[in-house]
Amino acid sequence: MRRLLYSLPVALFVVLVAYFGVALFSGRDPHAIPSPLVSEPTPSFELASLDASALSQEALQGQVTLVNFFASWCLPCRAEHPLLMRLAEQEHVPIYGIAYKDKKADTERFVAGLGSPYRRIGLDEQGRVGVEFGITGVPETFVIDKAGRIRRHYGAPLTADQLRNDLLPLIHELARG
Amino acid sequence: MIAELGHFALILALLLALLQATVPLLGAARRDLGWMALSRRTALGQLVLVSFAFAALIHAYVTSDFSVANVFENSHSAKPLLYKVTGAWGNHEGSMVLWVFILALCGAAVAGFGGNLPAELRARVLAVQGMIGSGFLLFILLTSDPFQRLMPAPFDGRGLNPVLQDPGLAFHPPFLYLGYVGFSVAFSFAVAALIEGRVDAAWARWVRPWTLAAWCALTIGIAMGSWWAYYTLGWGGWWFWDPVENASLMPWLVGTALLHSAIVVEKREALKTWTVLLAILTFSLSLIGTFLVRSGVLTSVHAFAVDPARGTFILLLLFVVIGGSLSLYAVRAPRLRGGGLFAPISREGALVLNNLLLTTAAATVFLGTLYPLFSEELGGPKLSVGFPFFDRTFAPLMVPLLMAVAVGPLLAWKRGDLLGALQRLWLAFAAVAVVILFGVYLARGGPVLAVFGLALAAWVFMGAVLEWMERVKLGRAPMSESWRRARHLPRAAHGMTLAHLGLAVTLAGIAASAWQEERIEIVHPGQDLAIAGYTLHLDEVAQVAGANFTADRARITVTKAGKTIAEMHPEKRFFPLQQMPTSVTAIHSNLLADLYVALGDSDGAGGWTIRAYWKPLVPWIWMGAVFMALGGLLSLSDRRWRIGIAVRVPRGARVAGVGD
Repeated sequence: MRRLLYSLPVALFVVLVAYFGVALFSGRDPHAIPSPLVSEPTPSFELASLDASALSQEALQGQVTLVNFFASWCLPCRAEHPLLMRLAEQEHVPIYGIAYKDKKADTERFVAGLGSPYRRIGLDEQGRVGVEFGITGVPETFVIDKAGRIRRHYGAPLTADQLRNDLLPLIHELARG
Repeated sequence: MIAELGHFALILALLLALLQATVPLLGAARRDLGWMALSRRTALGQLVLVSFAFAALIHAYVTSDFSVANVFENSHSAKPLLYKVTGAWGNHEGSMVLWVFILALCGAAVAGFGGNLPAELRARVLAVQGMIGSGFLLFILLTSDPFQRLMPAPFDGRGLNPVLQDPGLAFHPPFLYLGYVGFSVAFSFAVAALIEGRVDAAWARWVRPWTLAAWCALTIGIAMGSWWAYYTLGWGGWWFWDPVENASLMPWLVGTALLHSAIVVEKREALKTWTVLLAILTFSLSLIGTFLVRSGVLTSVHAFAVDPARGTFILLLLFVVIGGSLSLYAVRAPRLRGGGLFAPISREGALVLNNLLLTTAAATVFLGTLYPLFSEELGGPKLSVGFPFFDRTFAPLMVPLLMAVAVGPLLAWKRGDLLGALQRLWLAFAAVAVVILFGVYLARGGPVLAVFGLALAAWVFMGAVLEWMERVKLGRAPMSESWRRARHLPRAAHGMTLAHLGLAVTLAGIAASAWQEERIEIVHPGQDLAIAGYTLHLDEVAQVAGANFTADRARITVTKAGKTIAEMHPEKRFFPLQQMPTSVTAIHSNLLADLYVALGDSDGAGGWTIRAYWKPLVPWIWMGAVFMALGGLLSLSDRRWRIGIAVRVPRGARVAGVGD
C-alpha cells in the first residue's frame, strides 16, 4: 500500500506524457479557433435598452438575427457601421446591437450622429454580456437562427466581401430552413 | 569565426557534461575520491565553455553579424544596443543558450561553494546536474543551433518583435530562468539523496539556500512579467491566468511549499519523503513551464507541428528527467526513514497545512491550464479557462492559507497552543475589525469580497508584525533589550517577517483593485476627461520619432481641485520594419494609487481614444513582491548558510554534536 502511494506520482506522470504524445502526433491544426459558442444556444442575458425597454435573448427568437457588439469609443465599429446600415435598410436583416462598456449618453450620440442600423440596443455598461458571449473586443458579430442558436461568429469588423460571400448566403439559407 | 568557436564550445561543454554525468556517479559508488573530485573541475569547465558560447552569441548580436541565421531573424542594425544584447535571448535558440548558461552557473556554484558538502553527496549532485546539462546541450546542438550560418549573408535583419523592446521585458527572462533553473539544484540534491538513501537535517540545510535563491529570482521574475503586462498592454490588467503566466506560477507555488517543508526537515527531521517529492516536482514544473509553453503544447500544439523533431525531443527529455526521477522516488522513497512526530496543532502542523494548500493551489492551476487541451483531446469542445475558473478554485484555497500565515509562526514546534496563539493575535483581530468597518463604510453596497481581502491583508500584516514584536519583546522589555534581541535574532527570522509582510502588501494591492475606475472616451485636444476626482486635459497629440519607430505622443495635464499635479505622455508607437504598433502607457503613481492613461487610435477628425484608469493600491502588488524577495535574500544571508557549520557525520563514525 505504502509502495503504491509512492508510485502514484510517476503513474500520474506517465498518463500525462501519453496525453502529450497524443497531442503531439495527432497532427491536427491547433490554430483553428472555432468559436466555442457556435451551434450552442444564445447565452441568456437581460439588458436595459436605449429606448428604455429591455433586450434579452427572448427578443431574438423566431427570426434569423444578427447580434452586433459595438461601442461609441471603438473606431473599427465606425468603419463597420455603413455595412450594417446597408444590411438593415437594403436586406432588411434584423440587427440587435449591444453597446459594450459604453455610457448611455455616448451610445445615444453615436447612433444619433450616424444613424441606427439596430432594431434595439442593449446597454452592457459593465461588459458582463460581452463575457457571456466570449468576445475579445468590439466589434464582433453573431448570426443567430430561428431556434435561438448561434450559427456564426465574426471576431472582427465585417467586410463587404464577407457580407456578400458568407453572411448573406447564410442568412438566406437559415431563413428558408 | 567567433560563431563557429561558440558552436564548438557548446560541443565541448556537452562532452564535459557527459563526463560529469557518469564518472563522479561511479566514483561515489566506488568511493573513489579522484573520480568524485572530477565533478568539480567539469562543472567549472562547463561554466567557462558555456559562458564563451553565450558571449559569442551576444557578440554576433552586438556586431549585427547577419550571416548567423539567428541574428538575421531576430535583430536589426538600427536597434538600440540594449535590445541588441537582450535580443540574444529573445528567441527560442538564444533563450536555450541562456538556460544552459544559468545551469552551468548553478553547477559551478555548487562546485565552488559546496566545499562543506560531503564528497559523495557533492559528486552525486553534480552528476545529476551533468545529466540535465547533457540533455539540454544535446537538444540545442541537435534541434536548436543558434550559430547556424546563412549563405549569402543578408544585408539587414528582420528585427526583434517590438513588444519585446522594453527594459522590463529585457531582464524578465534572465530572472525567470534563474528561478526555474535554480530549482534544478534542489532537484539534483533530491535525486542524490534518493540514490544515497539518506535525507537528514544537514541535507535540508544545504537544500534550503539554493531553493531560497531560486525562489527569490522567480518571485522577481514573475513580478517583472506582470508589471510589464500592466504598463505595456494598455488596459491596466496585471494578471490574466494565461498559460504562460500559469507556467511560472506553478513552480513558484510548489517552490514556496518546498521552502517551508525544508524547514521542517531541517528542524525536526520530519516530512522527508514529501520534501524530496516537492523538490522533484518544483523543477519538473519549471521544465514543463519553460518547454511545453514555449513550444506551444499548452497554448496550441503549433510549434510542435512546425518542427516535430524539436517537439519529440522535448517530450523525450521531459520523460527521461521527470519520469526517471519520479521512478527513482517510487523505488527509493519508501526506504527513507521518517523523523520526529508532532501533534496536528503545532508549527509542523501549520507548515503541513501550508504545503497542502499550496500544492492543491498549484494543482488547480495545472488543471485549469491543461483542461482546455484535455477537453479537446477527448473530443470535447475547444474552450478556454479564465478568470471565472480561477476565481472559484484558486481564491478559496488562498483564504485558509492566508489565515494560517499569521498563526503558524506563533505555534511551538511539536505541540502548539492554538488558543494562546490566537490570544496573542488580538491586535490583528482588532485591525481586521477596523478594516471591515472602514471598508463597509466606504464601499456601501460595493465589492464585499474586496473588503474581505483587505481585512485578510491586515490580518497577515499584523500577524507578521506581532510575531516579530514578540520575538524581540518590543514594548514588554526595555528598548535596549529589544534592540539586543533584534540584533541577535537570526536573519532568517527577520527574512520571514519581511516576506510575510510583503505577502500582505501584495494581497492588499490585489484586493483594492476592485475599486478601480475606468473611462474610455474619444477626446479632442483642448477637451477634458474626468476620473476619480482628477481632470485630464488633453493639450495636444504630436508626432515624434524614435530610433526605430515613430510615435504619436499625447501631452495630458492632470489637475485635481484646480492644482496641476502632473503632465503625462502616453504614446502610440509604430515600428515600420515590423508594421506593428505598440502602446506606451503613462502612469502617475503616488504609491497609494496609479493614474493610468493609454492613448488609442485617432478617429480621423482630430479626436483620440483615451483609456484612463484610476487604480487604488495597485503599485502595492509589485512592492509586496519586492518585499518577499528581499525577505528571501535577508534569510539567505543568515549566518548558518554562510558559515560551514553543518558537517555531515560519516557513516559509522562518532563526532560530537554540531550546531549553530
